Amino acid sequence: MAGFAYFPHTEEDIRQMLQRIGVGSLDDLYSDVPDGVKYKGEYDLPSALSEQEVRDWFASLDAKDVPLKVFVGAGAYDHYTPSVIPYITSRSEFLTAYTPYQCEISQGTLRYIFEYQSMICTLTGLDVSNASMYDGPTAAAEAMKMAVASAKKKNRVLLSKALLPNVLHVVETYAKYAGIDLGYLSAESGQTSLADLQEALAAGDVAGAIVPSVNRYGIVEDLTGFADALHEQKAVLVQSCDPSALAVVKSPAEWGADIAVGDGQSLGIPLNFGGPYVGFMACKTEYLRKLPGRIVGQTEDRDGKRAFVLTLQAREQHIRREKATSNICSNESLMALWATVYLSLMGPKGMQQVNDLSYAGAHYLDDALLATGRFQPVFDKPFLKEFVLKPLVDPAKLQAKLLEKGFFAALQTEEGYVSFCVTEKRTKAEIDALVEAVKEV
Amino acid sequence: MKYYDKLVFELSREGRTGYSLPANPWSKGAETLPAALRRSTPAALPQVSEVDVVRHYTNLSQMNFGVDTGFYPLGSCTMKYNPKINEEIAAMPGFQRLHPLQPACSVQGALEVYYEMNKALAAITGMSLFTFNPCAGAHGELTGLMIMRQYHLLRGDVKRTRVIVPDSAHGTNPASAAVCGLEVVVVKSTPEGLVDVNDLKPLLDDTIAGIMMTNPNTLGLFEKEIVEIASLVHACGGLLYYDGANMNPMLGVVRPGDMGFDIMHLNLHKTFSTPHGGGGPGSGPVGVAARLADIIPVPKVVRSSDGTFQVVGASEKTAGQVSGFLGNFGIILRAYAYILALGKENIKLAGKLSVLGANYIKESLKDAYKLPIPTVCKHEFVFDGLINDGAHDEVHGATTLDVAKRLLDFGFHAPTIYFPLLFHQAIMIEPTETESKETMDAFIEVMHKIAAEAAQDPTILQEAPHTTPVRRPDETRAARQPILKFGDAAV
Repeated sequence: MAGFAYFPHTEEDIRQMLQRIGVGSLDDLYSDVPDGVKYKGEYDLPSALSEQEVRDWFASLDAKDVPLKVFVGAGAYDHYTPSVIPYITSRSEFLTAYTPYQCEISQGTLRYIFEYQSMICTLTGLDVSNASMYDGPTAAAEAMKMAVASAKKKNRVLLSKALLPNVLHVVETYAKYAGIDLGYLSAESGQTSLADLQEALAAGDVAGAIVPSVNRYGIVEDLTGFADALHEQKAVLVQSCDPSALAVVKSPAEWGADIAVGDGQSLGIPLNFGGPYVGFMACKTEYLRKLPGRIVGQTEDRDGKRAFVLTLQAREQHIRREKATSNICSNESLMALWATVYLSLMGPKGMQQVNDLSYAGAHYLDDALLATGRFQPVFDKPFLKEFVLKPLVDPAKLQAKLLEKGFFAALQTEEGYVSFCVTEKRTKAEIDALVEAVKEV
Repeated sequence: MKYYDKLVFELSREGRTGYSLPANPWSKGAETLPAALRRSTPAALPQVSEVDVVRHYTNLSQMNFGVDTGFYPLGSCTMKYNPKINEEIAAMPGFQRLHPLQPACSVQGALEVYYEMNKALAAITGMSLFTFNPCAGAHGELTGLMIMRQYHLLRGDVKRTRVIVPDSAHGTNPASAAVCGLEVVVVKSTPEGLVDVNDLKPLLDDTIAGIMMTNPNTLGLFEKEIVEIASLVHACGGLLYYDGANMNPMLGVVRPGDMGFDIMHLNLHKTFSTPHGGGGPGSGPVGVAARLADIIPVPKVVRSSDGTFQVVGASEKTAGQVSGFLGNFGIILRAYAYILALGKENIKLAGKLSVLGANYIKESLKDAYKLPIPTVCKHEFVFDGLINDGAHDEVHGATTLDVAKRLLDFGFHAPTIYFPLLFHQAIMIEPTETESKETMDAFIEVMHKIAAEAAQDPTILQEAPHTTPVRRPDETRAARQPILKFGDAAV
C-alpha cells in the first residue's frame, strides 16, 4: 500500500476503515477462514516490477518471436487492420465497460452491438444475429446444440469433413459430453458430398448438418440440393462461414441455410496468436428462441426516445439455469466492435476489393507454384483465397526453407497436402519472393 | 452524457468510402468465380467516410460508462481498475501479428508467456497445471466439467452423471453442467448462507461426478466447512470444482488447491484486471490437480528438455478441444503484465484490501439497507433492499431496481441487483481494492441520500434515472415486438 500505483489506500485510510468495521487488522477480516486452509507460504513469484521493467520483459519476449510474412489461413486470416479500429476500440468507455446491464449508461455498447447484429444479418442474409460468441469453432458447437434443441427427439448431427480441423475438433468435444451423435459427410472431391447427405438422412434421425461455405481447402462449396434434402426431413442446414468471404460468395440465406456461424476474425481483427477473435451466429426468425447468447433490441424509453436494451433474456443461462441449452455469459463484445468498425469503414465496395485482391493474389500464387514443378494440383474446383497442393518435395524441408526466408507458408494438412492463403496484405513482390524461395527447395 | 441518436447505417451515402486499399495488379477478381457460387446482391453495409466512422463511434462511446469513468461496484464482476501498461503490452506488433499455427520455433516468446503464466497461476492457486484455451469464465466451467467427466470415464466409472450445485450458485454453474450432459442436484444453504452439510450428505453416492462451489460464495461468505465438504465429496468418489469468479479476496490468503479443490477456473477479466470490453473478451483458464494433468484440453504448451517450448496438438487422455486455438492470448498477456507489476508482495495485499472495502461499505450502510447476513464478508456482500422504502397507504415503496437507477444520476454504476436469488431485493456490492476511501465515502453518502429520498418520496427513485441519455427503456416492448437489426419493422 505504501506507494503501489494500483492501490490508493494510505495507512491512515486503512486504520479508519478498520475502525469503522470494528476489527484490529486486515488479517482479522479473515477470522472466518479456518487456520488450516490459510496459505502461510510465500508465492513463488517474482517481486514487483516497475512499469519500465514490465515493458522491457515483454519486449524481450516479443523479440524472440520471428516476424514472418503470413501465407497461411486455416481459420485465421491476415487481413489488413485499418488504423481507425484500434483507435476506437481502445477508447476506455468501450474497453472498460461491463456487459450493458444498466442500459441507461450503456447505450454506446448497445448501439454498436445492434449495428454488429445488423451487419452479420446482411452478410449472411439471415433474420437475426446474437451479440457474439467466443470464436468460430465454439459457435459451430453451439449451432450443433441448437439443431438438436430445435429438432424433436432427433439427436444426430452431420459434419462435413471439409470443415476446418479446429471446427471439427471442438464440435466433436462438445458432442461427446452433450451425448449428441455425429455422422460425417465425405469431401473427397474437395466438396462436401450431397450423396452422403441423402444417404444419412434416410435413417430419419438427423437433426441437422454443418457444412462449410468456403471449406478447409479454400474451395467455394456448391450446396445445391443441401437445404431441400435437409428440410424435407425437418432438419436444419448450418453453414460455417468466413464472413469476409460472404461479401462475394453466395450467402447462407441464398443456399437456404437456417443457421450461419463462423469466426469474425477475418473482419480486421489481428491474428493475435489465436485470440481474442469473435464467433458469430445468425439464424432464421423461427429459431430465435433457441439462439444462444445475448441479443440487443431496439425500443423506446419513457420519453419516447429510441433506445437499445438486452432483450429476450428468458433464453439465457442466468434465467434458465440447469434448463439452459447454452451456458454462454461473457462473449467477445469488444471484438464485435472491431468487426463493426471494420465493416463500417470497408462498406460493400471495400469488402469486394478485399476479396478481389485476395482472390487474384491467391490464383497468381497457385499458378506460379505449379509452374515451379514442385507441386501437383489436388482439386479442380473454384477457390477464393486459400488452396491446397500436393507437394512433390519434402513438405518439412519446404516449410523450413520458407521459414528461413521469412515466410509462414505451405502449412501441412492431415491429408498430406500443403495449404496456402493470400490476403490483400500480400503484395505481388512478396508473392514473387515466396515463389523464388520455393524454387530453392 | 449527451444523447446521440444515429446508427452508422443512417450516415450512409451511396459512393462514400472509408477505406484505402492498394491497387489490384492482376486486373481480375472474385467475379471470376462461377456465377452460381457468387452472391446476387452486395451486402447492405453502410457507405461512410473515415471521419464519419470516427465521429460516430466517438459519440457512441460518450453514452457509455466504464471503470475509467467512475466507481463500478458491480457484485460478482470484480470491476477493478484496468492498468494501461497492459494495453500497451497486448498491442505490441510482434505479438499481434503471430499466426496461431506458426511453427513453435518462430513463436518462442509467445509460448514462454503461456509457460510463465501457468507457473504464476499455479503458485497463486495451488493447482498443478492450467489450460488457457477457454475464452471466458463460463467456458472455463464447461471445460472443467468436461475434465471432471473425462476423469470418471477414463476410470470406467460411467455412472457418475450428476453434479451438485449450491442454490446460491452463479447461473452459469447449473447451465454449464447441463451443457456438459450432467444432471444438476441442488444443495441447500443454511440460514447463515453457507452450504448445508447435512443437506449435502444424503446426496453423495456413486452417481455423483462432483460438486461445483465458489468460495467465498455468492453472498460473499467464506464456506467454513470446506475441508469437511471436500473430504465428504472425495470419499464418495467425486471431484471438487472451484468457480473462480470469487477468487479476488482469496489472493494471498487461501489457495483453492489447499482447500481440496481438484479443478478450478479463473476469470482473468475479474481477478487479473483485464478489461471487460463491454462483455468480453475474457479468458477463463482452468487449473487442475496433478492427477488430472493428462486430461487438460489440447492444444497445450509444453517445455522440452532442451528448454524450448512446443505446442502439443493431441493426447490420448485429453478431455478434447474447447476453442479454436490456444485461447485469448491478448488477454493472457495483459493478465501476466498485471501479475508482474504486482509481484508477490502486492498480490497478497489485493485480496485483503478488497475485503476491507466491502466490509467498510457494508458497515457504513447497514443503518439504511437491510443486511440479512451481518457477519464479516469477503470481497462482496448483499443487502436485501431498503429498510424504509417509503411505502405508506396507497404509495408503493422504492425497490432495489429504483435504488439502482437512482444511483446512475449520481455518476455511479449500479451494483448487481436481484442476484443472488436467495433474497428478493438483493443488492450485491463489490468495491475491489482499486477504489480509494474517498470514492467509497462518496458512494456511501449517495446511498444514504437515496435512502432518505425513498423514505420521503419514493417517486424520485421510481422515476429515476433523471439525467442519463435515455430513461428506463421499455423492455417489455423490446421483447414482445423485437427489432433486432437495422430496417426491422416492429411487428
